[in-house]
Amino acid sequence: MAEFTLPKNSKLIAGKTYKAPIGTSNSRQFEVYRWDPDNSENPRIDSYELDMDDCGPMVLDAILKIKNDIDSTLTFRRSCREGVCGSCAMMVNGKNTLACTKAIDSYSGTIKVFPLPHMQVVKDLVADMSNFYAQYASIQPWIVTQTPAPADRERLQSKADREKLDGLYECVLCACCSTSCPSYWWNSERYLGPAVLLQAYRWLVDSRDENTGARLDELEDPFKLYRCHTIMNCTDTCPKGLNPAKAIAETKKLLMQRK
Amino acid sequence: MDYRSPLAKVRGLGSAKTGTSHWWMQRVSAVALIPLSYWLMTFLTLSFHAPYQAMVAWLIAPVNTVCIIAWILAAFYHAALGLQVVIEDYVAAEGIKIIAVWTVNISFFMLVLAALVSVFRILMIG
Repeated sequence: MAEFTLPKNSKLIAGKTYKAPIGTSNSRQFEVYRWDPDNSENPRIDSYELDMDDCGPMVLDAILKIKNDIDSTLTFRRSCREGVCGSCAMMVNGKNTLACTKAIDSYSGTIKVFPLPHMQVVKDLVADMSNFYAQYASIQPWIVTQTPAPADRERLQSKADREKLDGLYECVLCACCSTSCPSYWWNSERYLGPAVLLQAYRWLVDSRDENTGARLDELEDPFKLYRCHTIMNCTDTCPKGLNPAKAIAETKKLLMQRK
Repeated sequence: MDYRSPLAKVRGLGSAKTGTSHWWMQRVSAVALIPLSYWLMTFLTLSFHAPYQAMVAWLIAPVNTVCIIAWILAAFYHAALGLQVVIEDYVAAEGIKIIAVWTVNISFFMLVLAALVSVFRILMIG
């Protein structure tokens, strides 16, 4: 159901403030969403002043610095620190992005760091991704064929057919796009969301897959696919510069084509 | 406690295997309304300024009769399709959703009937 106000136990309160060390000439303020499931307190915004002369260039570097030097209880996901694992997706200054590829210098003033919007929070910046991953599994993100693979070589694909996967295979499933989509906020239990629909399209256009019709059958649904109202937040926010909205539009075109 | 797996919840009742026509007809009626709305502007300008009898005479011309009926059908059809999408977006309770969608559909159907009856009354009675 559409929710336009926060429930009582989700209302934000002011948290602690950590001042920069004395003598810091180049400091920057970070406001970070904190919520601990082990106590009954409301989520709070902690404020950290960091010495930028002793901090890496990316938002993730600042968050790591907070965890290492100031407050080790700060909880978040990260792994590759170069934008290929998708773990550190979070909302920075109101826009979903990968903290590891977003430069601190690309913002001015205070930097606000929140978990991905409209997701259940596990702790601090960690969102519960179970529903998102289950949606990904539901589209069968693997090749489905009846023809056995050739005995002496891989399944061949023309250069032109391979190019159709460009702009799709780069998706790292960080969920920045899906969690920026108002349709996904209101109906994430039924709408698959832009990330999963982009992945679905990646298998629809794979020339080696032999299951296109059944895949389209599964997608043709007022909620699974047609909750997309071309709001375009997905394309706007994608930290990898991909275009999920176009993949969804192409899927709708395929459904029209077979009518 | 809900012990169903996330995948079971996501798969739910499966695909409805419908929705494409609804989506497509929304686009078709929207495109149809572009030229028809230009015509409507002429119609509205006339109806505000011309005397009643001149207006009726203008509306009796076959092209204008066709246009006003086409506008009524396209506009109300488009509105009903669109409102259904809005309700599906924002109303999660299944019972209220079904009642709301059918209230919208029946209301617009009655409005179309009323509009068409008005047009024919004007054309025949004057």
